[in-house]
Amino acid sequence: MVIVGKILVLIGSIFLFLGSLGIFRMPDVYNRLQAGTKATTLGAMSLILGVGFMSSSFLIKSIVLIIFIVLTNPISSSTIARASHKAGVPLVKESVIDVCKDNVREEEA
Amino acid sequence: MILGLSFILIGLAVLFSTLRLLKGPSPFDRLLAADTLAVITTALLVLMASYFSRVIYMDVALVYSVLGFAGVVVIARYLEGGL
Amino acid sequence: MKNFKGFIIFVIVLALTWLLLTGSLGKDELLIGGFSLVLVAILFFGYSDLYRALKITPKIILFYPLYLLVFLKELIVANFDVASRVIRPSLPINPGIVAVKTSLKDPLSKLILANSITLTPGTLTVDVKDDTLFIHWIDVKGKDVEEATKEISGKFEKILKEIVK
Repeated sequence: MVIVGKILVLIGSIFLFLGSLGIFRMPDVYNRLQAGTKATTLGAMSLILGVGFMSSSFLIKSIVLIIFIVLTNPISSSTIARASHKAGVPLVKESVIDVCKDNVREEEA
Repeated sequence: MILGLSFILIGLAVLFSTLRLLKGPSPFDRLLAADTLAVITTALLVLMASYFSRVIYMDVALVYSVLGFAGVVVIARYLEGGL
Repeated sequence: MKNFKGFIIFVIVLALTWLLLTGSLGKDELLIGGFSLVLVAILFFGYSDLYRALKITPKIILFYPLYLLVFLKELIVANFDVASRVIRPSLPINPGIVAVKTSLKDPLSKLILANSITLTPGTLTVDVKDDTLFIHWIDVKGKDVEEATKEISGKFEKILKEIVK
């Protein structure tokens, strides 16, 4: 059980590291959010579950934490995406399409 | 041994997010980096709770994640231009 | 008090949260928990559109675990997808924002759908307006609404529709 927990902790920290590497490398806010949210969510989930496996007195609290992180993490990143889109942060120039922008123009016209 | 490696990886994660926090360029990039840092810190607190075998640190992690989430949402709504 | 059932569910969720957080059934904890539970429930139920519109049937209880399984699988796939993109030196991305129509009506399943889209491979919910979700897609495969809907939200909507029906 302890060794399973340790492996989960290691996997979790690898994903946390990859997530922040993605935040550092990606070209614009939206792509950074993509990399950041997903990787850190699974990373934190796996790490906290691993800690719960390692000692049983941590298990209940770690499950509460996991539920909380899964519920709130996508909400906070969606809020940031919406705020930056409303504030007009442009997409990176390789972007193919922006449906939202067309809608805004139609409403203004 | 495995735990030491995890601590190193998390340290690197904190380093990269902090670099993004300093570099910007827009306030949203900084906010996003702060959000990620909050999640990484929560995970680190849990790992430290296990390392020092103190269950009470889990409560600190829980409160920290709640406050981090609330702070990020409030700042994002403020930057959006309507609270 | 328009929806009594929703109120009961709200109270049950609050009570479960309290019990899990304290992790004990001592007299003091139950007393303080019960008192603050009543206070919070009465004060905040009026603000919560989500619980007021909530419906629950045996079918829902059956379908949520299934949904959870699909979701977990997608989450793990999403992570390997992102990891492979981040590691490669060339950073292979083809991003854009597309619109997706949803036929879901009630706020809870729309919330679940939006959150699931954010956590699945290459997609991120940017905004929700009535029945349209605006989604940032890291690797755009179809530019018009139908294609995007099928690619992004098809899997989840099938199960969520069963839940709501």
